[in-house]
Amino acid sequence: MSPVEMNLEARFDAYVAEEKKIEPKDWMPDAYRKTLIRQISQHAHSEIVGMLPEGNWISRAPSLKRKAILLAKVQDEAGHGLYLYSAAETLGVTRDQMLDDLHTGKAKYSSIFNYPTLTWADMGAVGWLVDGAAIMNQVPLCKCSYGPYARAMVRVCKEESFHQRQGFQVMLNLAQGTPEQKAMAQDALNRWWWPSLMMFGPNDADSPHSAQSMKWNIKRFSNDELRQRFVDMTVPQAELLGLTIPDPDLKWNEARGHYDFGDIQWEEFYNVIKGNGPCNKERLAARVKAHEDGAWVREAANAYAQKQKAKKADATTHAA
Amino acid sequence: MSSKQHEWPLWEVFIRSRQGLGHKHSGSLHAADAEMAIQNARDVYTRRQEGVSIWVVPAEAITASSPDDKEVMFDPANDKVYRHPTFYKLPDEVNNM
Repeated sequence: MSPVEMNLEARFDAYVAEEKKIEPKDWMPDAYRKTLIRQISQHAHSEIVGMLPEGNWISRAPSLKRKAILLAKVQDEAGHGLYLYSAAETLGVTRDQMLDDLHTGKAKYSSIFNYPTLTWADMGAVGWLVDGAAIMNQVPLCKCSYGPYARAMVRVCKEESFHQRQGFQVMLNLAQGTPEQKAMAQDALNRWWWPSLMMFGPNDADSPHSAQSMKWNIKRFSNDELRQRFVDMTVPQAELLGLTIPDPDLKWNEARGHYDFGDIQWEEFYNVIKGNGPCNKERLAARVKAHEDGAWVREAANAYAQKQKAKKADATTHAA
Repeated sequence: MSSKQHEWPLWEVFIRSRQGLGHKHSGSLHAADAEMAIQNARDVYTRRQEGVSIWVVPAEAITASSPDDKEVMFDPANDKVYRHPTFYKLPDEVNNM
């Protein structure tokens, strides 16, 4: 690094430390730009791939009301993906590049979406737990140092709250329903609990990028801090539902003022990230197929736009 | 054909949230033409009654001031406190002026 760059970087660090915002054309360290592109594009991919497990239930929703709600939710996820792709593009990466990276498996998305949604209760558990964990992660990002990301997150968080509430309501209806329905809700909780805790990422000691991201005000709280907050918030909600969290080690710790909980099976987490989760191949294949099946639409729209432009130019020439 | 040559152009979206207010920048999106940009903006940025009117502008048509010129452009206003009403200390009798 040249002395000029070192000076710029020192100024940048001081500026960000004062809680000031960085905008697209401002100078920024390469590593800051790269970190953001990676994080924002992965976040966008997660929203887009996140539509798939829920899309599975749109045609199977138990009532017209639930179908309308689920459609609105899945449409929101598409919107969130689009806000985030746009935010990433302000850093100089193209949409096509990001999609290529997703489709070739180079880019990651949240591994939670590599689990299957087996019953209707999964729509409840996903909204309650997965969206709940996502909110916990996302709210601090509204104050992130990069302006376009922070603004996108404000929109996302405003909309996400409905997602969690509708999910909890699905769980509540099932938990108060027939014994079979309640068992279905319990089964969904059993399957989604641990993967939801993994959404906060590795333990702090094993999270190599965290310190730098915190220094840059991209990240505000550590993975373990947010995970603990999620557990503390969710346990009373499960009690209200009359459901049991599948963790024999879960208990209130009076001294800490927090719930203690059991060890997370990180081996499973890394295995799913590596591509060996129950649905990795299916999700990616569905995403690639949707993109390829849509190619003719994108090309036709482009051709039409060119034709209209040529027509307009032609008309102007003749008029002159 | 590589899809890279075919990426739809980028549009900046401005939304008037209600009559009486100006259009405000909401975000951006890709669309093949202006008409599609308006439709996409409606779906992406006004799903919850956020607007009553939409402008879309090709991103490449926007000329922006450079961040490097920030000081040259905006600092001269710093020392002109007399442009603000609070600069003028007047007798209490005319306090509401």
